[in-house]
Amino acid sequence: MAAAAHWEHFPHQADVGVRGLGATLEQAFEQAALALTAVITDLEIVAPKEMLQISCMAPNVELLLVDWLNSLIFEMVTRNMLFSRFEVHLEDSRLTAKAWGEALEVARHHPAVEIKGATYTALKVAQQQDGNWLAQCVVDV
Amino acid sequence: MDLALFERKSEYEWHIKPFGKMHVPGVIFASESLLREMDAKVYEQVTNVAMLPGIVEASWAMPDAHWGYGFPIGGVAAFDAEAGGVVSAGGVGFDISCGVRTLHTGLRIEDIEAVKTRLADALFHTIPAGMGSTGAIRLDAAEMDAMLRGGARWAVERGFGNAADLERIEEGGCMSGAVPAQVSDQAKRRQRDEMGTLGSGNHYLEIQQVTDVYAPAIAAAFGVKQGDIVVSIHCGSRGLGHQIGTEFLKRMVIAAPGYGIALPDRELACAPINSPLGQDYLGAMRAAINCALANRQILTHLTRSVFAQIFDKMLPQARLPLLYDVSHNTCKVEEHKMNGRTKKLYVHRKGATRAFGPGHPDLPRELRDAGQPVLIGGSMGTASYILAGTEQGMRLAFGSACHGAGRAMSRHQALRNWNGRHLVDDLEGHGILIRSPSMRGVAEEAPGAYKDVSAVVDAADHAGLARKVARVVPLICIKG
Repeated sequence: MAAAAHWEHFPHQADVGVRGLGATLEQAFEQAALALTAVITDLEIVAPKEMLQISCMAPNVELLLVDWLNSLIFEMVTRNMLFSRFEVHLEDSRLTAKAWGEALEVARHHPAVEIKGATYTALKVAQQQDGNWLAQCVVDV
Repeated sequence: MDLALFERKSEYEWHIKPFGKMHVPGVIFASESLLREMDAKVYEQVTNVAMLPGIVEASWAMPDAHWGYGFPIGGVAAFDAEAGGVVSAGGVGFDISCGVRTLHTGLRIEDIEAVKTRLADALFHTIPAGMGSTGAIRLDAAEMDAMLRGGARWAVERGFGNAADLERIEEGGCMSGAVPAQVSDQAKRRQRDEMGTLGSGNHYLEIQQVTDVYAPAIAAAFGVKQGDIVVSIHCGSRGLGHQIGTEFLKRMVIAAPGYGIALPDRELACAPINSPLGQDYLGAMRAAINCALANRQILTHLTRSVFAQIFDKMLPQARLPLLYDVSHNTCKVEEHKMNGRTKKLYVHRKGATRAFGPGHPDLPRELRDAGQPVLIGGSMGTASYILAGTEQGMRLAFGSACHGAGRAMSRHQALRNWNGRHLVDDLEGHGILIRSPSMRGVAEEAPGAYKDVSAVVDAADHAGLARKVARVVPLICIKG
C-alpha cells in the first residue's frame, strides 16, 4: 500500500527540516537527500551529469542518516557541486551510495543558502504504520 | 509560552525552579510580552541544559532566545571542570565563533549619498558572498596551521589590517590553546576556498548610519556620534567551523554513555572537560575561533580596499578603524565570582554575546571604564544596536547579553509571505540598497521574518544585562 516515494520540508524556527518518505529505508534516505538539495535550489534545474560514490558508517540508522546528509554537504562544498539524483544501498550500519549532479553555477542555480550541517534535532528514522519509511532531521543553514 | 511555568523574580527575570534531574535553576531574561511569544521549546531546552553535569549557578536564556539545537539560541551555561563539568559541541553550535564586528568610517551621511550605488556595487563585487563564492587566499598546510593558531594576529602579520585592530578584538585577536592537529583534514579541506568569505543565511556586511545615541558618555568612549557611518560584518568560521561542529557532535554522542552521561537530547552532546575528548574538542574549537577571527579580519581588509578606492582622494581619513569584534558562539574559560569566591569556569554562549562590565581586565584600556561594546545585529531592513556591558550583568549571567533579533518565523513561511525582488525594490524605496546573489535567500531573510530587535534590546537593557548605547540603521546590505 506504499505511496510513491517523495520528500518534503518541515518548519523549524530558525532553520529547515528535511524529510524523505519511501517504501524502503533506502528510498527514504534518497528522498531526504533530494529535500536537502531543495533547501538550496530547485531540483529541476540541477542536471544529473556527473556521478560520485559516497560511503559512510554510524552505530545506528538515525546517526547514519545524519552522516549521509553531512557527507553530501561536504561533497557539495568541497567539489562546488549540487546533486539531484541518488541511489542508496544500506547494509547494517554501512551506507554506500551514488549521487549524480553538476557543478554549481551561481548565476543559474541562485543558491538560497549554503547548509552548515545536518543536526540531531527532530531526527527520526522509522517505519510508519502504513508501512512506509520516514527519514528526517533539521539542517542548520 | 505559559507564564505559569515561571516564578517572576523581577520585571525582566523569570525563574524555573530545579525539578527532576536539573542541577540548577533555569532563568530567562525577557519582558512579559517577549516571554509570552517565546517558543515553548526554549523552556524545554533551558531545563535540559540545567541537567548537564557540572553546570553552576543557572541555565540562562537571553531575551532573543528561540528554539535551537540542544541549547536554545540565546543560551548561556557555565561549567566547573573540578565538579565534573562538561564542554558541549552542541552548546557552541556549528558556526563556531560566529560574530559581529563594527568599523568606524569617519564619514557622515552626506559623504555617502552621492556614491551609495557605486559603493554597494563595489562591495558586492569585492566581498565573496553566498554559496559557491570563493576567497582569493589559498593556504598550504603550514599556513593553515599558522592561521588556526594565530587568528586575526596571523591575518595582520600577513598584511590584512594593522596591530591596532587586535586590541579591539576579544582575546586580542588570537585565541590561545588552539590545537590545529585536532582539526581534521576534512575540516581544513572545507576551508580551502573559504578564507575571506561572508557565507550565507543571516550573515551580512552592512553600511550603517548611527541614528540615535542613548548613553552619550559611553558612546563618546566608543567613538560613536549621531549621523556617523559605520560598517558591520556578521559572519563566522565558515566551512571549517561547521565541519568541526559536525564531527565532534557525533563523537560526543557516541562517547557520552561511556562517560556516564545520560543526554536529555542528542544535540546536547558533550564530554567532561577533563577527558581526552573534551580536551580534543577545546583544541579544535579554539582553532575554529581563530579561523573566524582571521576571516573577519580579511573581510575587513577587503572592505577597507573598497573604501580606499572610492573615498581615498576626497576623504583620506576613511581608514576604518575597528570599534570592536564580538563572537557569539563560543565556549571560553573565564573567571567569575560565585558565593564570594572567584572561580575558573567554562562559559558556553550559544547565540549570546560576551558583555564584560566596566573595569574588566580583558578590555582594552580606552574602553575599560565604559564596559565592553556589545554588537547586536538586527534584520536586513530594520536596525542594529550597540550596547555596553554592565557591572550588574557580570552578576546576572556572568557577563552575557543577547546577540540579535532572533527569527519569528521559519524560512518556509517567509518564502510564502515575501518575494525577494519585490523586497529589494521596496527597501530601495526606503533608501536601503540590498545586494545578494539569491533573491530566494533575500526572501528567506525578510525583515518581517524576524522579531522586533528593539524589544529584545530594550529587555536586555532593562534587565541590566547590557546598557543601550546607540542605534544604527542599514544603508547598504551585502547578503550571502
